[in-house]
This record gives sequence, structure tokens and C-alpha cells, in this order.
Amino acid sequence: MDFPTRVPSDSAGAGVEAAQLHPGALSAKIVVAGGFGVGKTTLVGSVSEIPVVGTEAMMTEISGPVDDTRKIPGKHATTVAMDFGRITIDPGLALYLFGTPGQDRFWFLWDDLVRGALAAIVLADTRRLADCFPAVNYFEARGDVPFLVAVNLFDGMRTHTADAVREALDLPASIPLVLCDARQPKSVRATLRAVIKHALDTLPA
Amino acid sequence: MSDRRRLTGLHVDLLARARRSARVRAYVLTGGRTRTQQVLLVETFVSARPGVEPASALGPEAGAIFAFCRSRRTVAEIANALRLPLGVVRVLLGDLERKGLILIHPDADSVPRRELLERVLRGLSDPRTV
Ligand SMILES: Nc1nc2c(ncn2[C@@H]2O[C@H](COP(=O)(O)OP(=O)(O)OP(=O)(O)O)[C@@H](O)[C@H]2O)c(=O)[nH]1
Ligand SMILES: [Mg+2]
Repeated sequence: MDFPTRVPSDSAGAGVEAAQLHPGALSAKIVVAGGFGVGKTTLVGSVSEIPVVGTEAMMTEISGPVDDTRKIPGKHATTVAMDFGRITIDPGLALYLFGTPGQDRFWFLWDDLVRGALAAIVLADTRRLADCFPAVNYFEARGDVPFLVAVNLFDGMRTHTADAVREALDLPASIPLVLCDARQPKSVRATLRAVIKHALDTLPA
Repeated sequence: MSDRRRLTGLHVDLLARARRSARVRAYVLTGGRTRTQQVLLVETFVSARPGVEPASALGPEAGAIFAFCRSRRTVAEIANALRLPLGVVRVLLGDLERKGLILIHPDADSVPRRELLERVLRGLSDPRTV
């Protein structure tokens, strides 16, 4: 159960960036959502060129409403370390993967993370399927971000068929459901391709 | 939304809760306005304008952001590294941009969506990026 979030050995932070990404490069993102501890950080870390922060680095300051825009409200607002990784698509385009915080008290970050996203992946754990309901509901209600549900195969066993999971989630046929192993870069990349294909398929003409 | 998902005890209506926080979000959205009305997404790249120095002393947070942006950074990276809330980072970046100290790079929306998605798909299929 206990393996560290993978940081590829060839990740060299700024060095990689300087070598591969043009100064005028664009950035885009895919959001990875799902319940607490479902494997979001693991998924992002499997394919990222940069180290992923991970939830253990999350911290909060005193929370409360921010009502003075001109004062620095740092002492009154919540700070959350955002969880993200990067894939260089080509020298002119960096794809970021943002994990949503799994804990409900950080829900306020969702709109911020999702805004402008190309697509989203909702990660689900079959042992706790209901944990992904809020994420499915969120993207269904938004309606502006193409998404799919990826079932994280925690033990590599397909104990639940995709159809059973789809039924349990009451997932409409229009939303793809795929199986994924968050620890396997190959599997994660296939899932990323699947959601981008879905975004292409659902693009208004 | 399906009934099954609606009826679960674990269901949390994120959208309704987000609406209740309209005050915070309004601040986030209006505070981060830049001269060019560019949106500062979490993945937006920003960088210090080469060779430009502040005419007057910056506040500690703005100074730290300006120094950190000597290399190109994303908005999220700045918030993480400097332990500042996202909304604060947006406000300060907007100020720095109005002072001509930083560049806010265009986001990928400048590329037609289909073209962008096809490009991402190609990049994800390219064995060199595995
Ligand atoms: N056996 C197994 N363990 C996994 C798998 N994916 C994740 N884990 C473990 O499950 C735990 C949670 O994984 P994370 O990637 O941190 O999950 P998360 O969704 O980012 O969690 P939060 O951000 O806290 O909501 C960690 O201990 C991981 O090592 C998997 O596919 N198989
Ligand atoms: Mg995490």
C-alpha cells in the first residue's frame, strides 16, 4: 500500500524546462479529481517530469472570508499547496495535470483549478465508489469540461467489471469509463489520451 | 445528476457550496485583473521582464514574487513556493504587470480548441515524451 509518489529520476526541474520548452511556450491543463486518497497524486506523479507536491505538503492558515482586496489577506485566507505535474507535449506546449484536493474543506479551490481545463479525469476506487460522486456531480453540473471516470485498479485486479461500476455510478452512456492503474505511466498516458479523445469527440462542430 | 448520486449520504453539492463563497470568489475574479484583462489561470506562465527593475520598493510579497519570476513560473508554482493564497498571488501579479515588471504569457486558448487537443493527443502518443 505504501509506495512513495514517484519522481522520475530524469526530472531536473528548470534544466528540463530550459532544454525542452521554448520561451514563448503555451500551457494547458487536465484536472484529476476524485475522493480522498483515491490515487490522484500517484496518477499525476506517474507521468510528471517535475516532482509533485502531494497532499502531505498541504497547509492552512486561519480561514475566513477575504473582504479587503487591497490589504494582503494572507493571514485570513486559506493556503493550499496545489498538486500538479507537467508533461512537455512539444517545445511550444506544456500540459499540466492538476490534482484536486481530496479533502472537502478545500472544495473552494475546485473552480480555480478547473477553469480553462481541456478535460478532467474523475478517479474512482471500487472499494469506495461513492467517494467520487461529488466529483462526477460537479463536472456533470458544470457541463463545460469534458470528463471521464477512470477506475483505479488498486491491486491490479478487475474485481468489478466496467459495466457494474457504470451502473453503480448511474453514469450516462455519454461519459466514458476506463480502467486505469495510477502507478503505471503507460496506463495513465492511455487514460489521458482517452479523455482528450473524448474532448475531441464532444467538441461542438 | 442521477438520483442515486443525489441521495447518497456522502454526497456533497460542491456547486451550492461554491455559490455561498461568492464573496471570496468575487474577490478572486476582480482582484486579479491585469492591464490586458488577461486571465491568470493556475497554469498561466509569468516571468519578470528581462532587464527591468522596480522603480520603487515593492512590498515583501510582491518583491518575493518578482524575484521568483526571474525564471518563468506558473501561477500555481508561485502560490506553492511563496505559501500565498491564489487570490493574493493574482492581485500581486496584476499589480506587477501594471507596473511593467512582469510578462503574463498567453494561455493555450489562443490556439483553436480542436487543433490544441489534436496536438496534445500527438504529444501524448509520442514515445519520446514517455
Ligand atoms: N496498491 C495501490 N496503492 C495505491 C494506488 N494508487 C495509490 N495508492 C496508494 O494510495 C494512497 C493514496 O494515494 P494518493 O495518490 O496520495 O491519493 P490522492 O487521491 O492524491 O489522495 P488525497 O490527495 O489525499 O486525496 C497512497 O498511499 C498511495 O501510495 C494503486 O494503484 N495501488
Ligand atoms: Mg493527493
